[in-house]
Amino acid sequence: MEWEAVIGLEIHAQLATKSKIFSGASTAFGAEPNTQACAVDLALPGTLPVFNAEALRMAVLFGLAIDAEIGYTSVFDRKNYFYPDLPKGYQTSQLFHPVVGTGHVEIELEDGTTKRVGVTRAHLEEDAGKSLHEEFPNMTGIDLNRAGTPLLEIVSEPDMRSAEEAVAYVKKIHSIVTNLGICDGNMSEGSFRCDCNVSVRYKGEEKFGNRTETKNINSFRFIEKAIKGEIIRQIDILEDGGTITQETRLYDANKDETRSMRSKEEANDYRYFPCPDLLPIVIDDEYVEQLRSTLPELPDARKARFIEQYQLSEYDAMVLSAYRDLSGYFETTANVAGDAKLAANWVMGELSKHLNQNDNDITSSPVTAEMLGELLLRIKDNTITGKIAKQIFEAMWAGEGSADEVIEAKGLKQVTDSGAIESMVDDVIAANQPQVDQYVSAEPDKRGKMIGFFMGKVMQASQGKANPGQVQGLLKQKLDALANS
Amino acid sequence: MLDKTLAELAQGLATGEFSSVELTRNYLDRIRAEDGSLNSFITVTEEQALAQAEAADQRRAAGDADPFTGLPIAHKDIFCTEGVRTSCGSRMLDNFISPYNATVVENFNRAGAVSLGKTNMDEFAMGSSNESSFYGPARNPWNTECVPGGSSGGSAAAIAGGLTPAATGSDTGGSIRQPAALCGITGLKPTYGRVSRYGMIAYASSLDQGGPMAHTAEDTAMMLNVMAGFDPKDSTSIDKAVPDYTLTLNDSLKGLKIGLPKEFFSGEIDPQITAQVQSAIREFEALGATVKEVSLPNTHLAIPAYYIIAPAEASSNLSRFDGVRYGYRCEDPVDLEDMYKRSRGEGFGEEVKRRIMVGTYALSEGFYDAYYKKALQIRRLIQQDFVNALSEVDIIMGPTTPHPAFKLGEKTSDPVAMYMEDIFTISLNLAGMPGMSVPCGFANGLPVGLQLIGNYFAEERLLNAAHQFQQATDWHRQRPVR
Repeated sequence: MEWEAVIGLEIHAQLATKSKIFSGASTAFGAEPNTQACAVDLALPGTLPVFNAEALRMAVLFGLAIDAEIGYTSVFDRKNYFYPDLPKGYQTSQLFHPVVGTGHVEIELEDGTTKRVGVTRAHLEEDAGKSLHEEFPNMTGIDLNRAGTPLLEIVSEPDMRSAEEAVAYVKKIHSIVTNLGICDGNMSEGSFRCDCNVSVRYKGEEKFGNRTETKNINSFRFIEKAIKGEIIRQIDILEDGGTITQETRLYDANKDETRSMRSKEEANDYRYFPCPDLLPIVIDDEYVEQLRSTLPELPDARKARFIEQYQLSEYDAMVLSAYRDLSGYFETTANVAGDAKLAANWVMGELSKHLNQNDNDITSSPVTAEMLGELLLRIKDNTITGKIAKQIFEAMWAGEGSADEVIEAKGLKQVTDSGAIESMVDDVIAANQPQVDQYVSAEPDKRGKMIGFFMGKVMQASQGKANPGQVQGLLKQKLDALANS
Repeated sequence: MLDKTLAELAQGLATGEFSSVELTRNYLDRIRAEDGSLNSFITVTEEQALAQAEAADQRRAAGDADPFTGLPIAHKDIFCTEGVRTSCGSRMLDNFISPYNATVVENFNRAGAVSLGKTNMDEFAMGSSNESSFYGPARNPWNTECVPGGSSGGSAAAIAGGLTPAATGSDTGGSIRQPAALCGITGLKPTYGRVSRYGMIAYASSLDQGGPMAHTAEDTAMMLNVMAGFDPKDSTSIDKAVPDYTLTLNDSLKGLKIGLPKEFFSGEIDPQITAQVQSAIREFEALGATVKEVSLPNTHLAIPAYYIIAPAEASSNLSRFDGVRYGYRCEDPVDLEDMYKRSRGEGFGEEVKRRIMVGTYALSEGFYDAYYKKALQIRRLIQQDFVNALSEVDIIMGPTTPHPAFKLGEKTSDPVAMYMEDIFTISLNLAGMPGMSVPCGFANGLPVGLQLIGNYFAEERLLNAAHQFQQATDWHRQRPVR
């Protein structure tokens, strides 16, 4: 019998509002502890929440982007539990009437097919603060800067069957929320985090196995590792005749394993009930349609357009369409260079490599899309060779100016003067008599490969600037003349 | 000077008969002399009051006075006051100095009112006798062996005792009207949403409403002018223009239709109270009103529904008092759970803990539908009762309480008997409509209250009716013998 994993995900996307969901305090990341917590966030006696309508706009946009039912009346509920970084003793959330109902997204699988993953619901809620254990021996510090930050909790159907599918889904949601501009998607700062519900069963069975929930994983790689590890752990237990305990687990990235946090028996009774301090949020068609008209192009549509408009491969189109900034960069580069395929190769190759190595965001790349496009233009018009182009890119990355400026300053212009090339070719032939003799005595069909040696020498002599096509043509002409003489 | 109404004091300030500083000193002296026996104040803010009075006198001299400028009041200790202890009658907040003002407090400050201090109350507004206060019970000035009612008992006692001409109160199930009735003063619970709840420490958010307490309807109208209005900080406050409530006080009552709910005149009710209320109704008839019987058939369900909804909300509202950020924290907790348990166990009194337990139970998994959801359904029925009755009449009238003030300690061992004292007031909070209590006589030497109930935002009509009644009677002029 073959095992099958069943995976459902809960994603918490921090909405990119300037102020908190129920107070006017700033949501900016990284401030000194408790400097961005006002009376409402501290839950001082007598304070009351006031809903930030910007969070509603963002949630509805997401609903429209995943073709979901929109909750025309949504209601905030209180989820009651005690924790020191939960100032009110309850979290304001939406249980009974969420703002976004059933929707779906399409994910691309490795075999090139797509799969539809259902989204059960997405609801608005407030984040808690942070408990700081390490800084204070034998005490706990409480930082309430994050308390009240708006979150959109996106709950999937248990539609995924492997860690790879789960990651593809998370990446798709990530690309949607960042494209909509409703979440900055910064996983290391916790703006986008994921709880993974995993169970296993024999393939073909309908009943779900007992599931575990692994909390707050904050990178795509960790999500994949945590799910893979959890699947193996559960299968091992079941194959040994054990049973899976329904529990909450934590992923330890250092040890690459999950461990138990609390079991179902210890779970809270959250005593949800409608928050009496907040009125139900009622929206109408006009509001929804107005928002629909502001929807930006989404990754799936853009991918299709890239294939159609630029003749990109499925894979290139998927990668380049995923994020608005990346897509925009690619399109600008392609338009300036007048060559989409070349632009795609450079954006996904040299540019991505540099961004990753330097931990740069594409929006802060020292080489702008226009600069890259102009560089590619110089390859296309034979001003430079592809090899030199990489050297120029390095210089541009280091802030030494535009492609033309670097070419000029470093004298990297390709040599196309046939007289100059001919003299270099003659010099190389004269200086390498043994190799010339070998060439001359070789069978004609072996000679093609032997030209490479002379090519290398000439290009070296020209410091890479000689036009390779011209060099090759001249070498062949002259060597063959020697051989045939 | 100290037996005058707010309106009369305003007149005295306007004519220069006395200054706000003189007036304020008089009240502060009186508080010092008398409050030892009444215990109506938790905190007296003498210095601040005198500074405010001085500022008010200067403002008047500059020709910039509002009708309220220089008038002394007191705030129920449920309203947050910047820089002043705001205890809510609880050990939990005995050390809490609020860093901000409630909107109601802010409104009075802006109008130039002088705050004498913070009045005693049942802990977190949970009680009908003021006996659940951490600071000990306030006493009824008409008989200090008796309770002043609750939860705004300190405000009512202070006014009746002449320690302040007026005070703020809050009413979740009768907490303005019941102590007003028991102390022989006038109190108004406005329509839910008329007065901002921001900074008024929440007991049961969907029922809580702040309101004015004073000697007369005219005085409460003057106060409501200051208190009422939309507040962007309170999502449940209603954005509706505020009339000048003093302008319609003298309208004629000719043709006013009064409804008497039969459920308010039967069952466990002191016959002397019924008699006084009936005589008050005759007074209204003499003023031109007509009277008919109406029915509020679900009245008997109000107390059970209230004691699910209010504790459920309270159990959540009071979760913030956890000893972490402010308020009482137990000595040397061994761990987090110990800190929670002892801070809350020691910081809250018996009645508060009882209601937290009841509310927690009512919201628990498996009980929600049977209790909380059912109570909400009853709430809608009760609301519909009032809507129906008020489609036939302009004002519903009846007794505010079934009995006059009872003895201290008389009902403390029997919570349900205590809860029953709110039988005529509680249903109105569930419906959200405005109600008043005005003095209408005495039973065994203790004041009796007449309750007036109106439709949503009918405060003008209630105040008009109450004022006309007070023009024709002098129950509101009676003062306890000192």
